Amino acid sequence: MTDLAQLELDLINAIGSADSVAAVEAIRVSALGKTGAISGLLKGMGAMNPDERREQGPVINGLRDRVTAALTAKKAELEAAELDARLLSERIDLTLPARPRRKGSVHPTMQVMDEMIAVFAEMGFAVAEGPDVEDDFHNFTALNFPPKHPAREMHDTFFLKPDPATGERKVLRTHTSPVQVRTMMSQKPPIRIIAPGRTFRKDSDATHTPMFHQIEGLVIDRDIHMGHLKTTLTTFMARFFELDDVDARFRPHHFPFTEPSAEMDIRCDRSGGKLTLNEGTDWLEILGCGMVHPNVLKNCGIDPDEYQGFAFGMGVDRLAMLKYGIPDLRPMFDADTRWLGHYGFSAFAAPNPASGLS
Amino acid sequence: MKFTLGWLKDHLDTTADAAAIAEAMTMAGLEVEHVSDPTVSLAPFTVARIVEAVQHPNADRLRVCQVETVDGLKEIVCGAPNARAGLTTIYAPIGAYVPGLGVTLVEKPVRGVVSNGMLCSASELELADESDGILDLPEAIPVGTPAAKVFAVEPVIDFEVTPNRPDWLGVAGIARDLAAAGVGTLKHYDVAVVRGAFPSPITVRIEAPDLCPVFAGRLIRGVKNGPSPEWLKRRLEAIGLRSINRLVDVTNLIAYDRARPLHVYDAGKLVGSEIVVRGGQTASDSGEHEHLIALDGKTYAADPGMAVIADAGGERPIGLGGVMGGESTGCSDDTTDVFIESAWFDPIATAQTGRTLSLNSDAQYRFARGVDPASVVPGLELATRLILDLCGGEPSEIVVAGQAPADPVGFTFDPAYVKRLSGLDLPDDRIGTILGQLGFLVQAGAPWTVTPPSWRRDVEGPADLVEEVARIEGFDALPATPLPDQKTSSRGVLNPRQARVRIARRALAAMGYAEAVTWSFTRQGIATLFGGGDDRLVLENPIAADLDCMRPSVLPNLIQAAARNAARGHPDAALFEIGPIYLTDQPDGQRTVIGGLIAPRAPRHWSGTTEDALSGLKGDLMALLETLGAPVGSLQLVQGSNRDWWHPGRSARLQLGPKTVIAEFGAVHPRVLKALDADGPMLAFEIVLESVPEPRGQKTKTRGPANLPNLMPLTRDFAFVVAEAVAAGDLVRAIAGADKALITDVRVFDVYRGPGVAEGSKSVALEIVIQPREATLTDTEIEALSARVVAAAAKVGGTLRS
Repeated sequence: MTDLAQLELDLINAIGSADSVAAVEAIRVSALGKTGAISGLLKGMGAMNPDERREQGPVINGLRDRVTAALTAKKAELEAAELDARLLSERIDLTLPARPRRKGSVHPTMQVMDEMIAVFAEMGFAVAEGPDVEDDFHNFTALNFPPKHPAREMHDTFFLKPDPATGERKVLRTHTSPVQVRTMMSQKPPIRIIAPGRTFRKDSDATHTPMFHQIEGLVIDRDIHMGHLKTTLTTFMARFFELDDVDARFRPHHFPFTEPSAEMDIRCDRSGGKLTLNEGTDWLEILGCGMVHPNVLKNCGIDPDEYQGFAFGMGVDRLAMLKYGIPDLRPMFDADTRWLGHYGFSAFAAPNPASGLS
Repeated sequence: MKFTLGWLKDHLDTTADAAAIAEAMTMAGLEVEHVSDPTVSLAPFTVARIVEAVQHPNADRLRVCQVETVDGLKEIVCGAPNARAGLTTIYAPIGAYVPGLGVTLVEKPVRGVVSNGMLCSASELELADESDGILDLPEAIPVGTPAAKVFAVEPVIDFEVTPNRPDWLGVAGIARDLAAAGVGTLKHYDVAVVRGAFPSPITVRIEAPDLCPVFAGRLIRGVKNGPSPEWLKRRLEAIGLRSINRLVDVTNLIAYDRARPLHVYDAGKLVGSEIVVRGGQTASDSGEHEHLIALDGKTYAADPGMAVIADAGGERPIGLGGVMGGESTGCSDDTTDVFIESAWFDPIATAQTGRTLSLNSDAQYRFARGVDPASVVPGLELATRLILDLCGGEPSEIVVAGQAPADPVGFTFDPAYVKRLSGLDLPDDRIGTILGQLGFLVQAGAPWTVTPPSWRRDVEGPADLVEEVARIEGFDALPATPLPDQKTSSRGVLNPRQARVRIARRALAAMGYAEAVTWSFTRQGIATLFGGGDDRLVLENPIAADLDCMRPSVLPNLIQAAARNAARGHPDAALFEIGPIYLTDQPDGQRTVIGGLIAPRAPRHWSGTTEDALSGLKGDLMALLETLGAPVGSLQLVQGSNRDWWHPGRSARLQLGPKTVIAEFGAVHPRVLKALDADGPMLAFEIVLESVPEPRGQKTKTRGPANLPNLMPLTRDFAFVVAEAVAAGDLVRAIAGADKALITDVRVFDVYRGPGVAEGSKSVALEIVIQPREATLTDTEIEALSARVVAAAAKVGGTLRS
């Protein structure tokens, strides 16, 4: 074995048995540092004659390259091992619970309100609003409630204390129909609006709360008839309940402010305590509607010989309960965080036509 | 309103069963609530006879009976004390559902003896509330006779009468609508006139024609009163009425048959010979209303707005007109002379009387809704006929005082309006037929003249006639017509405020707040704590004493909700509500607020303390305002001038100027929390949405260039010592103003008090972000900027900490 071969063998063996990055560095210095063995050989090449250099150059350079490669590889190996060891020592118990994040939610009544507005918006309805504290004219008189109509009496209307100066007694609106009145009085037909909002009736039991939410609708134009009402409402209900169609019926009813008046029912099955629409032999009463009474149009400054149209109203909380299987009305207004977490909706579940209502 | 199928068939010739009648009623606007058909529930039950009854071998109280039944001889075990040989009773076969027990019979041994059926009591068949043995029927009834036939049960239909249709409070009126709807043929009855044999010795004088415009009456003498015949009892009891005696039962029968209330007075108990109709009297000295003991045995005070029937020259009240008769002149089995009243009482006054006295009766219900004024005399004649048939006697001539309200007047009607309003395309003669069948007088011509019948005072104009035609034709026939296409705005249908409400809702939910919807009311005392409680916003008739005032803020409701959650074991509520508050009772006195509340009681966490809750809430509020497009850069934060339900040291308001406060936030005052029975601390904010300016409408949706700097921003740290009273925000604002072009952010990273900083001072450490624009800054430029920062800090009393 030549001296060079012996040197290479010694270096490679030393590199192989190095146990730290520092040991590898010491070998590198001993071989390739300023006074290193291989550095010496390289320097010695300067004193060689061309023939010797031609012969010895590749040998010495090869030795240098192989040792350098071995050093680099060993260093990388040891660094990786050191990193592995360090990372292992940095272990964190990830089964520890994360920092808790509050989970927010959207109230089901408001979610359903958004859903309804989305459907009606596509049908060209604008959103109108009005005050909760109303006067007798907008809540009753304009809507063709005869004076002393039982509904005006203490049974279900909330009254504010009479104004000491004028004696006028304000009411909390019993429906959102005053918004229809205000719209008709301030805007010329054609009119196509919905009026969502809080409504109040002095009623409190398992299925009634003193405050609830309604969405009413109003369409006024020259040639609007009950056929339009029927199609608008069946289309709305199908979209709201996310069905292809609804099996609905319209039943004659009585409201002072519409003539003819109707209630809309949807076929349903209630067996097993579960509500299934479009099946079975039962009917689910869903809303009240009708053609706006000529007296109402007149009271709002619209000529009933020229214009006519329909109106409808539905309970938003109740429809939320029906659609999402919420069994009781009263917890709707109790702000129980457990209930809100269970029946509430994600902030990101905004109804839109691309992903569907819900 | 209840009636039986058989009763209806007295007025309607039809083969329809109860279910078909109910369906037709519902679709004609008579909303059926319930149909009970005992002929269906009694179908399995038949008459049987006990041939032999012997003691059960294993039970003292039981007997083993051999029974002759429709299914042949059966061995049946029976526990009834009256089970004996020869008894005719009712048998239920195996498989029958026994309604009174709620069980279906199965074949099983009773103490070792198999019972092949059951013998039934009246209560087990729901024919009585309780029974003390099995039924004991007349021997003459053959074995196998259906129980339904034995007991002559009938289906009973119960429906809701809408307030516009008092004529449906009589079976005859229901029959008329059903006939028009095609369910059968109406049977018309002419009311026979009964000739009076003598002038009525009792006269009537009306002193209050506004309460009672017409009053007819007649005396029948020599009647024999007593229990009603079986058919009459059964008819009344089937719809839940109690049979009293023949005279009273006749009035009840006619009330339910023709919607015509009547009253009968025992003429022998009347004082004097004149009946006076007047308003209730008030004693001039005490101001006290007169009192009357009514037939229900209770005493009522009659005010001047109530119709009072009086005798003894008008002195003694003997009835509340249209509501209830008096006890003193009621008919009993001993009555021999009866005076029948058939009058018409004003609906509004009668309704008011019922409400004032909390007194409802079949008569009051009908008069309040409006009785057919044309039925005054025919009703009297009908009653006369029935009383003569049931009680005998001799009638006087009829006396009539006053005049019935005028009949409805005709109006013009264009039959084409039916199509225009309802969309139903019907031939004119069909329209005429429907109206005719409902009792309207139709005079065809161009245009038509239509006169409503006397019992249809609800019909006032052409639209009402369209409803009549459409409901009888059936709403199922309405065409399906989509709304005409309307050019909808491509900008959406929500106005900016409505759009902001939606954004706020979803932004807060995303920040971890749960949306609540709470009452618009609170207690007046609580409203006062939150700057409200004005008497003009107090309810006259609250649902509960603690919900008697319109809320001036959503915070009290949210605080109480958080307290309720805490009481349920969930103290760490984060709630929000977007809803109305009420500043005045005027239409412009309502505001929409966005209120948020945190009860900062997050559970402990292994990683240590959580972030400062108030700082977190402020961050949520600022992020929300920014999301809503509020001008957050120009908002002033003012501390120390919040209203008094806020913690004076830990609350602030955000404003554009002193008069445009956008929001208040901070900790709620402990005194207020205590008043609301809530454990503190609670942190909250309330934004008045109307005060948040809307971004100016922009003509274009494009945003302009972003101008992103190419150069790296650099940071420099400073610490300034300022007096404790100097607000960090003021220091930050001053420094940010040192060079508005270069300084893009000033971040507070430490506030220090303690050794090295003089008492009464604090050191505020800041990181200043400097964004070079054109070229990197030279050391000289940076030094110059630092000098400007130090000078700016000095303006608010800050000195560089050494």
